[in-house]
Amino acid sequence: MTATTFGWLVLACPLVGTIVLAAGYRIWPGRAAGWIATFAIALSFVFSVLAFIKLLGYSPDHRQLTSALWDYDFSAGVDAKLQILVDPLSVFMILVVSGVSTLIHLYSVSYMTLDRGYVRYFSYLNYFVFSMLLLVLAGNFILLIVGWASVGTASYLLISFWYRRTTATSAGIKAFVINVVGDVGLVIATFIIFQHVGSVQFLPVFHSVHADFARNGAPIVIACLLLLVGAFAKSAQVPLHTWLPDAMEGPTPVSALIHAATMVTAGVYLIARMHALFEWAPTAADVGAIGGCVTLLIAATIALVMTDIKRVIAYSTMSQIGYMIMGVSLGAYSAGLFHLMTHAFFKALLFMAAGSIIGAMAGNQSLDRMGGFRRVLPFTFACFIIGGLALSGLPPFSGWLSKDDIIAFVNHRGGAFVILGIAAYIGALMTGIYTFRMIFRAFLGDPVPEAVELEHGHLHHAEVPTNPKTGEEEDTDVGFPGPGHFIAEREWPMKIAMSTLAVLAVIGGVLQIPGIDDAVTKFLDPTFADSKYAHTEVAAGPAWVGLVIGALIAIAGISIAYRIWVARPGTSLRLQERFSSLYVFLSNKWYFDEIIDTLIVRPVLWTGRLIDTTGERGVIGGITDAATGAVRATSAAVRRTQTGFLRYYAALMIVCLGGVALYFLISST
Amino acid sequence: MNIGWYLVVSALVFCIGAGGVLIRRNPLVVLLCLELMLNGANLALVAFARMWGNQSGQIFALIVMVVAACEVTVGLGLVVAIYRRRLPIDVDELNELQG
Repeated sequence: MTATTFGWLVLACPLVGTIVLAAGYRIWPGRAAGWIATFAIALSFVFSVLAFIKLLGYSPDHRQLTSALWDYDFSAGVDAKLQILVDPLSVFMILVVSGVSTLIHLYSVSYMTLDRGYVRYFSYLNYFVFSMLLLVLAGNFILLIVGWASVGTASYLLISFWYRRTTATSAGIKAFVINVVGDVGLVIATFIIFQHVGSVQFLPVFHSVHADFARNGAPIVIACLLLLVGAFAKSAQVPLHTWLPDAMEGPTPVSALIHAATMVTAGVYLIARMHALFEWAPTAADVGAIGGCVTLLIAATIALVMTDIKRVIAYSTMSQIGYMIMGVSLGAYSAGLFHLMTHAFFKALLFMAAGSIIGAMAGNQSLDRMGGFRRVLPFTFACFIIGGLALSGLPPFSGWLSKDDIIAFVNHRGGAFVILGIAAYIGALMTGIYTFRMIFRAFLGDPVPEAVELEHGHLHHAEVPTNPKTGEEEDTDVGFPGPGHFIAEREWPMKIAMSTLAVLAVIGGVLQIPGIDDAVTKFLDPTFADSKYAHTEVAAGPAWVGLVIGALIAIAGISIAYRIWVARPGTSLRLQERFSSLYVFLSNKWYFDEIIDTLIVRPVLWTGRLIDTTGERGVIGGITDAATGAVRATSAAVRRTQTGFLRYYAALMIVCLGGVALYFLISST
Repeated sequence: MNIGWYLVVSALVFCIGAGGVLIRRNPLVVLLCLELMLNGANLALVAFARMWGNQSGQIFALIVMVVAACEVTVGLGLVVAIYRRRLPIDVDELNELQG
C-alpha cells in the first residue's frame, strides 16, 4: 500500500465512526459510543503513523504524493477532484491531529459519562476530527474549502452542544458567523488564484505562482490578504478573535480539541501550506506577522485579568497561536509547526487538568472560588504544573525549545523584525505570569469548601445545577450538562490521557534541539524545499543564546507571579486599585466586542432597518399599494351598479337592448 | 293581411310583458310576464316565417318554447324554495346578492 492509501484510510476512519455513531444513536449502551469513537480516531492515528513510515521510505525528492479518487467536475478549466496531497507537512499535521484527538476522545469517555447527549457528543467529535483531517489532507483548494467550512460547522455543533443554555447557543452562533467571514476570504482568494493560474490544485499553483503573478503585485497581495482573513478567523487572531473565549461555553474536552488539535491550528497550517504564495507577496506576509504579534500581546494582557479558568487558557491559546502565525508568516515554518505540535500537547493537557478542577468544583469555573486543591488533586496538580511550565517556556520542557525557536528566527530576520522579537519576549514574560497566577490561585492557598469536601472522600455536587456564567438554574436533562462530575484522580481513562500528554509535554522538545537533531526541520524539508527561507537557518550559537534568554524570561515571569500571589498575598488587589482603569480596560477584553458591535453590527442593523423602512415599505410597498388601489377604485365604481334589485337589472337590460335595437334601426335606414 | 299588424300585436304583447316585469313585485307574476315577452317574440317569428314562406322562423319559435318551459321550471322551483324558507315573496326584498 502506498502512502496515499493510508491517507485515504486516515480520512475514512472518523467518517465511518461518525456515521456508525449517528445511525445507531439509540442502541449504543453506556460508554460504548465513547469507545467506538476513540477506537476510530486511534485507528486513524495508526494509519497516520503508517503513512509517515511509508513516506520516510521514499527519497526526499519524491515525498509529495497526490491521489484522486474521482473528478467532481471538469469544466471551464476548474479541475475539481476528490484529491488528497500526502507530503511531510500534511503527514505532520495528521499525526498531531489524530494523536492528540485520540487522547481527548479517551478523556471524554469518562468526562462526559453521565451526559444525556453522550452518543451525539461523540458523533460530533468524530466529525470534527474528520473535518480537520480533510482540511490538512486536501490536495486542492476546493477540498480545502470543504474541510475549512466543515470545521466551522463542527465547532458550531460542539460549542452549542448544551443547546438549552442560551449562552452556549449564542457563543456557537458567534463562532460560526466569524468563521464564515473567514470562509468568504478563503473562497475569494481561491477565485483570484484560479483566475491567474487556471488551476485549483495545490502543486501546479505553487509551481507556477512565480510565472503567473508579478512579485508583490496587487493580485497576489490581495489574494494572500484574503487568505489571511481566513487564517485569522479560524485561528482567532485580532480582530477576528472574539469567538474563541466565548467558545469556552462548550464542554471542556471540546475546548481542548478546538485549541489543541483541530481548529485554531488551521490558520497556521494554511499559511505554511501557502508559503509559496506568501513569499511571493512579502507585504501580505508582513501583515500576517504583525497581526500575530499584536494578537500575542493583546491576548496575554487579557489573560492576566480573566477570572474564568478556561478563559485564561483560551487567551493563552490565542497568544501562542499568535507566535505561530508570526513565525510561519516570516518563514519560520518548521519552528512554527514545531510549536504547533508542542502547544497541542501542553494545551490539551492544561484543558484536561482544568476540566478535572471544574469537575471537583461541580461545574464552577471561576478562579475566585478556587483554591487549595493541591493536596486533594495531586495528579491534576502535577499535570497542571507540567503544562504550565511547558507553556511558560521553562527548560527542559517542550514549549521552551519551540517558542524560542520562533523568536530566534524572527530576530535572525533582522531589521524591523527585531521589534516583533522583543514584543514576543514581552509576551513570553506575561505568559509566565498569567499561567502561574492561574496555578497559584487554583491550587495554593486555603482549601475552599469543595476541596475540604473532597478531602473527606466526597466529590462536591451542586444541589441545583446552575449556569456558571449567568447563575440561571438548570436541570440535568439533555441539552444541559449531565449530573455527573469527574476528576482525573478517580477515572483511569482521564488519567491515561493526561499522563501521556504530560510525558509528551516534557520530552516533546527533543525532536528539535538546535544544532543537535533538528528532526522537524529535516522531516518537513521536502515541503519547504522551494522556499527562499529553506536555508536561512539560525546558527546553533544564536539559537542557544535565544533559548537562554527565553528561559530567563520564563523564570522572571514565574517569580513575579510567585511574589504577587504567593509571597505577598493581596499584592494583586493593591495593583488592581492602583491601575484600576487599566484593570477595567483589560477585563473588558480591550472592548473588542463593543468595538465590533459599534463598527459592524450596529451599522449593518441600522442599514437593514433603513432599507426596511424606505426601500421595502416605501418603494416596493408603494408600487404594490398603487396597483391595488387602482384596481380597488375601478371595482368600487363598477360595484355600485350591482344593487341586488331584480327589476333594476331588468330595466337596465331593456333600456340597453332597446338602445342597441334603435341603433341598428337608425343605421339601416 | 299586412305583416305590419302582426308585428304591432307582437310588439304590444312584448311591451305588456316588459312593463309587467318592471312593475310587478310578485315573482310569480314576473315569470308570467316573461312568458308574455317570449310569446310576443314568438308571434313575430312566426309572422316573419309566413312572410318569407319558409320554416326557419317556426322552428325558432318551437325552440323558444322549449327554452321557456325550462326557464319556467327553474323559476317556479326558485319560487317554491323561497316560499319554503319562509322568505317574503317579493323580488324587491330579495336583494342580498349585491356588490
